[in-house]
Amino acid sequence: MSGELEFAFALLVNGLSIGMLYALIALGFVLVYKATDAINFAQGEFVMLAGFVAALVLGIEGVPAVVGVAAAVAVMILFSFALERIVLRPLLGRPIIAVIMATIGLGAMLRGLPPITVGGETRAISLGIGDTPIQIWSATLPPIQVLGVVVTLAFLGLFTWFFMKSRMGIAMRAVADNQQVAMAMGINVERYFALAWGMAGVVSAFGGVIWGSMLGVDVHLALVGLKVFPVVILGGLDSIIGAVVGGLIVGVVESFAAGYLDPYVGGGTKDFAPYVLMIIALMFRPYGLFGTHKIERV
Amino acid sequence: MLHRESGTFKTSYAADMALYPLPIARWTVAMIVLLFAVIIPLALDDYYLSILNLVLIAIVGALGLNILVGYTGQISVGHAAFMSVGAYTAANLAVHAHMPFWVTLPAGGMMAALVGAIVGIPSLRIKGLYLAIATLAGQLIIEWIINHTPAISGGAQASIEVPRPTLWGHHMKTQGQLYFFLLFFAALATVATLNLVRSRIGRAFVAIRDQDIAAEIIGVDIYRYKLLSFAISSFYAGVCGVLYTYYLGIANYEQFQINVSIDYLAMIIIGGLGSVLGSIFGAIFVTMLPIVIRLVMEPLAGLFLNEGELSSVVSSVRLVLFGGLIIFFLVIEPEGLNRLWRNIRNYFRVWPFSY
Repeated sequence: MSGELEFAFALLVNGLSIGMLYALIALGFVLVYKATDAINFAQGEFVMLAGFVAALVLGIEGVPAVVGVAAAVAVMILFSFALERIVLRPLLGRPIIAVIMATIGLGAMLRGLPPITVGGETRAISLGIGDTPIQIWSATLPPIQVLGVVVTLAFLGLFTWFFMKSRMGIAMRAVADNQQVAMAMGINVERYFALAWGMAGVVSAFGGVIWGSMLGVDVHLALVGLKVFPVVILGGLDSIIGAVVGGLIVGVVESFAAGYLDPYVGGGTKDFAPYVLMIIALMFRPYGLFGTHKIERV
Repeated sequence: MLHRESGTFKTSYAADMALYPLPIARWTVAMIVLLFAVIIPLALDDYYLSILNLVLIAIVGALGLNILVGYTGQISVGHAAFMSVGAYTAANLAVHAHMPFWVTLPAGGMMAALVGAIVGIPSLRIKGLYLAIATLAGQLIIEWIINHTPAISGGAQASIEVPRPTLWGHHMKTQGQLYFFLLFFAALATVATLNLVRSRIGRAFVAIRDQDIAAEIIGVDIYRYKLLSFAISSFYAGVCGVLYTYYLGIANYEQFQINVSIDYLAMIIIGGLGSVLGSIFGAIFVTMLPIVIRLVMEPLAGLFLNEGELSSVVSSVRLVLFGGLIIFFLVIEPEGLNRLWRNIRNYFRVWPFSY
């Protein structure tokens, strides 16, 4: 009996911590959607790009981990600004399919680039935090996962403060609420669009460093992005706290599905279960647990 | 059409809607038929015919996706999964029940239509982004189910070998024979789509695309037509999957993964959303792209890359060009190659007196 319980506890803790890491990636998606109504199907590729930058910089002999992270953050900010300016601004006011397809195209481009520029082999990111697992009763967590949880919690706190207290955050909420009214109030909407993309870039940079050091950096790192969708649909597309709760749900469901169902159906439920959950959620609560319910008018 | 007219002198709706607005239009159609039915199969050798065959298969799939995305405005990121449904249905029927292709082909299409309509059910409640994600989920779930059900996928490799299609006792084995087989279905799909989009159903689709709430108010049963659009579109996808299976001689889920869905989306965006001719242009363009890249890169890269490296570089270059082209067309020319074609045609229409 206690063996059973220990197994369940280990699955739970592992699921929660992986869920926090999913939330980290989903945060980037939610930030962009909240402020600019744009959908980023290339979120996984963002993470991959950041991972590549960090891995390349840290691949140079004697570079401290901080420099690698800083390089990833800097590149991602520049990249997001450029993307917003070149690709997404011309698409403002166009049908939603246009933005979806543009980011899908961007994703394809980013996936194709590394093999022809820097080589497709898997690289490691070493942050120098060791790999002695941390033991919590029956669960063992690698230190990188714990670091990821800490980073996610830090971002959650930061964003909560940003949107509730800071002047810029309140302006961004106004932009998200109604772009025209915000403009009439003297808010430079385009600058806040760029800021939102930049913030998403920063989050993706950290996501890339953490996921990259967990899985190794190659083109397959972008597949992490596929997990973003169940997370944001469950949590609600425009809710920061929803991204975290959605991430936790997906992480736990995935972990339990892998622990209890995999032996019977021959593996693979890990990638499958979150999507089934998501379809159910779409049927009953399409705007998610914490999302805003939009009313449509002709 | 390719012919020129000196102006628009139509005085009745009947004249405006006529299939052949000018006598010369009949000749244009006849010339196109002659070109594809006689000249091309005689002039091209097997290698070029095999490329053309792939284009013909892609045309069927692109037309289907364009009905859904271009005409009805419902996005689907899971079209390759519908193709795999058609492919495995036909493969199982052909292998286990020894059915001929004229049974398996519609059966595969109908099965795909059924699955497509089921995946389309969320479209009744959700749209835009949510629908894109729901169809993405459909793609992953269908792929997983096929891969994990030996009864469908035929065992460990998840692939089924299919006999070549037979007609009147003849096996269609050579590229030339397959060309006529595929040409027939591509032409059928094209004509069917042209007629569909100018019918009552097609107009309802366009009304839903332009503003679905408004369409509902003017009396379009949007639930029925959205599901119908999913079903028709998936039927095309299923047929496309069956054709591809017969062409390859094997049904394998790896041929129908998410990147294929994106290829088809790229076709209709590059070709032109909501346009039959655009679907054909897009299918040609996207199918030819990797072949052309290979052709260009082989002499260049062959100097310092071996065969395996070359194919991986080609696939990466293809991805980059693909992504770039999708973005380019979305930002610069949202109506795609079809628009470019129309611009050229309109320029020459009254040339050299263009004022």
